[in-house]
Amino acid sequence: MGIDSIKSMKREDFKDNEYIDKLVEELNASGANVVVGKLDQLIDWGISNSLWPLCFGTSCCAIEFMSLGAARYDMARFGFEVARNSPRQADYIMVQGTIVHRMAPAMLRLYEQLAEPKYVIACGGCAVSGGPFKNSYCVVPGVEKILPVDVYIPGCPPRPEAMFYGLMQLQRKIKVQKFFGGVNRKEKIEEFFAAHPEEKEEIG
Amino acid sequence: MSDIKTIISNVCPSVTFEESDGLLINVPEKDWHAFAIHLKDDKELDFDVLTAVVGMDWKDSIGVIYYLTSTSHDWNVIAVKVVCEDRENAYIHTVSDLWKVANFQEREVYDMFGIKFINHPDMRRFFLRNDWVGHPLRKDYDANPELNPIRLDDEINEDDSRIFTLDDNGKVVETPTKVFNEDDYVVNIGPQHPSTHGVMRFRTSLDGEVIKKVDITSGYIHRGIEKLTEGLTYPQILHFTDRMDYMSAHQNRHCLCMCIEKALGVEVPRRAQVIRTMMDELMRISSHLLAFGCTAMDMGATTAFFYGFRERELVLDIFEKTCGARMSMNYNVIGGVIADLHPDFVKDVKHLIEIMPSRLKEYHKLFTGNLIAKNRMKGIGILSKENAVNYAVTGPSGRGSNWSCDCRKKHPYAVYDEVEFDEVLETGCDSYSRYLVRMKEIEQSCRILEQLVDKIPEGDIRAQVPKIIKLPAGRWYQQVEASRGTFGVYIESTGEKTPFRVHFQSPCFNLVGVMDLCCTGFMIADLITIGAALDFVIPDIDR
Amino acid sequence: MFNFGNWTSAFNELLLGFMPEWGAVLLECVLIGVLVLLAYTVLALFYILYERKLCAWFQCRLGPMRVGKWGLLQVFADMFKILIKELICLKGTDRFLFKLAPYIIITSSVTMLACLPWGNGLQIIDWNIGIFFILAVSSVGVLGILLAGWSSNNKYTLIGAMRSGAQMISYELSLGLSLITICVFAGTMNITELVNAQNNAWFIFSGHIPAIIAFIIYVIAATAETNRGPFDLPEAEHELTAGYHTEYSGIHFGFFYLAEYLNLFIVSGIASLMFLGGWMPLHIPGWEGFNEVMNCIPSIVWFLAKAFFISFVIIWFKWTFPRVRIDQMLSFEWKYLMPFSLVNLVLMTVCVALGWHF
Repeated sequence: MGIDSIKSMKREDFKDNEYIDKLVEELNASGANVVVGKLDQLIDWGISNSLWPLCFGTSCCAIEFMSLGAARYDMARFGFEVARNSPRQADYIMVQGTIVHRMAPAMLRLYEQLAEPKYVIACGGCAVSGGPFKNSYCVVPGVEKILPVDVYIPGCPPRPEAMFYGLMQLQRKIKVQKFFGGVNRKEKIEEFFAAHPEEKEEIG
Repeated sequence: MSDIKTIISNVCPSVTFEESDGLLINVPEKDWHAFAIHLKDDKELDFDVLTAVVGMDWKDSIGVIYYLTSTSHDWNVIAVKVVCEDRENAYIHTVSDLWKVANFQEREVYDMFGIKFINHPDMRRFFLRNDWVGHPLRKDYDANPELNPIRLDDEINEDDSRIFTLDDNGKVVETPTKVFNEDDYVVNIGPQHPSTHGVMRFRTSLDGEVIKKVDITSGYIHRGIEKLTEGLTYPQILHFTDRMDYMSAHQNRHCLCMCIEKALGVEVPRRAQVIRTMMDELMRISSHLLAFGCTAMDMGATTAFFYGFRERELVLDIFEKTCGARMSMNYNVIGGVIADLHPDFVKDVKHLIEIMPSRLKEYHKLFTGNLIAKNRMKGIGILSKENAVNYAVTGPSGRGSNWSCDCRKKHPYAVYDEVEFDEVLETGCDSYSRYLVRMKEIEQSCRILEQLVDKIPEGDIRAQVPKIIKLPAGRWYQQVEASRGTFGVYIESTGEKTPFRVHFQSPCFNLVGVMDLCCTGFMIADLITIGAALDFVIPDIDR
Repeated sequence: MFNFGNWTSAFNELLLGFMPEWGAVLLECVLIGVLVLLAYTVLALFYILYERKLCAWFQCRLGPMRVGKWGLLQVFADMFKILIKELICLKGTDRFLFKLAPYIIITSSVTMLACLPWGNGLQIIDWNIGIFFILAVSSVGVLGILLAGWSSNNKYTLIGAMRSGAQMISYELSLGLSLITICVFAGTMNITELVNAQNNAWFIFSGHIPAIIAFIIYVIAATAETNRGPFDLPEAEHELTAGYHTEYSGIHFGFFYLAEYLNLFIVSGIASLMFLGGWMPLHIPGWEGFNEVMNCIPSIVWFLAKAFFISFVIIWFKWTFPRVRIDQMLSFEWKYLMPFSLVNLVLMTVCVALGWHF
């Protein structure tokens, strides 16, 4: 159901980017229990509006993240400002900067220490793909090699506006997820293919 | 120069001399340590600062080039080249007993080249995991990713260190040692910690809350820039400098461009020189404002941080209008700058100069004058002048120890010899002095900008340089004063399109070297203060 | 002045009309429990938003404003989020104590909440040792912090808990002494009597110099008692990541978070009770018209307004001052604050004995 909507997404839908919101409506229209659906909506509203970041910056992007918190951009407006230093209390890890071989186990451990539900944002060229250091002997070419990334924010470093865009994109993504029944982001790929045999043929 | 040569020949007859961008002295390995003692202690030579330690692999031989400076003799820079006798089992005697700064520098060379330093007290890898295979900067390094996959297990044997010594037959003997004792209470701070200013890892052994020893583990953001440069052309390597110390992006790139221009013999147009100087000073203001904010925040005064960032945004606006980016500006290019100034530049800079004094007053009222802040910083993290020189701690941190080490005064470049400014010196030798030097340097930077802003000459912004840049064979070393100290670039070329070896001598590397010295005997809360006042940037250390 | 006691006694008589006395008492206890917990949650949520907005304004920012009008719903979003977060219990921790600790802290602050004089006749426990009881219960909180730090089996939490223990036990002395100073002045420890004694003038005015000194000492000690900046060493974010609650996630962390804000309200409430007249409106002897106007404002508004004002001052401290170091903090207490409050106690006693007060 939801997958079709993404496939049939028109080009102009990319521009306004509210397509995920529409997707939520479609998902709910397609037969979710009213009580469960409303409860899901409430929880998703809560999570998406209270994203507490884990301070995790390795290089330049971290400075731009500080600018994001500072007076001009002020991420507190969205309720993102409660940056937690302990991964137990944070909601998402925003990888700001290059991840090198020595840092990789530490980053993985931090991700594992985050309490569910947890999200990952790859912020900046280095975290997305290795960036200018892609060919180096000790750089991880993109954090998706290690962590499941939810949102990518390109840029070197991304402007604070871009970071806001990425965070709002994460908010939209969260609004699609379901806690009680329905498609969950933790669905196994086999289960997904079992439910959608036509997708398997397409992907091959 | 000739008298230096005579003195040196008298001291050590086995040396030979070369002239390449200054004096280069070839010393046989077996005489090196004795010669180093003379270099440091002889009153006529008195080379008390070890500026850079550059590991080199010339394919047929392997060795180290040391750059030395004398504070008492007009800041002369000389280079000493020591070649190992055996490439496969390379060793050199350590000089970390003479110049303490060599401690970490030699560990880096060991990590990258596999050169063992005899009698070095703590010969561990510095940047790479201790189970890394090979030494990346050697020309025969096997870059096969299967040898060094992304390992997701923790490093083991972190406490294991070793000392290499020479036995009577001239064979290298390895003696294992431990970093910490069995019964030390070791608290791990970092790599992911809010106050390490990045991903630095301090392992501190504590007695109650008092620090007994700080062991620094670096390399959590080591990206192998020096290796990457060897495969890229000169214009392509420029962007790396912006991403090393991102708070002195302009100065670092200025340095690399100057080094290449020196090798090419390019004359940079005067307009570009003035623009570069102004951009360097704007960068310094931005960096010191961030340093102020982070110092305050690390001590718990969060509001001061926001005030510092408020003014920093103004500087970033100026950068954005002219360079097109808030950070990683990529503005300097070989021969000049990439784009002309934005029409608003003069107006914006004047506005910044105008408001800065009142804003500085506000900072002092909010944070500097606060009794708690003073008690937290005064007398904390003492670094005497002798130690500052020995550990080669330059920049605001060195000047906070009353060491006059400003590269803009000692080796003027760009238009620094035409502007008036004071080198800010403080005699306190503590965190408070370092902090004050930064605040006063903002004033001096404003003063420089004020003198230049109305006198930006017309003309070209870029000199004509060949499309394909090939440096003649040789070696060059160039220094500038970056926001955190003296930044040096070493380039060795064989006449190809790509450099044979590029080494960046970053100021923060030396800053982090004094952490153990400064923190011992203070409390765990002071470690944060000392780190904030030294103000190191980790990607600059790790490169 | 409207007495809320009329309502409660009317309600009590209503209940007694159709059920036995024990039933009425039981029902009242349950109702009061629910009300206290409700007030607890609402106040804590209010305080979280209050602090976030205030600190934003101190820092030239706007603060939460996207979720709901002016960000009013922000804290509810946070609450839903924190309720469904995973609770992590680690290997190697003392599970029982680890889970017990947040509840100890919550219990301590709820009990203190019960003693506050909310309004004229609005008080849950009112006995002759009211202030003494508050001081005793407030010490239970430190136990929760110590347990949390110790049971987490983490070096940071342990250091945080040890700091907290040293800090709270030390500052309790000055806190207690400054309250005793006022008790000496009022001659009672009963909360209702304390409030009524301030009918003509609040203690901070009638007790003049020693009362003002006691007030200043109390505010400093209370800031330290609630682990707020510049005394936020136990959770010193930039040294110990999150201090004693580093290993807590989800609602367990939420309890610490709520208790921190509630404690802020409680110490402000006690300050308003002891120095600013509790729910007593501002009365100036002789100005009858003025006093009548002041009486028109409900007593509960007076109490909350005073508490919020003192909280504002404490929040102001936090966002202005840097954090002190542990040795500086302890020497400040033992070398300056405590001797000073002892001298102040003597001064107050002399004043009371010689009648040098209004």
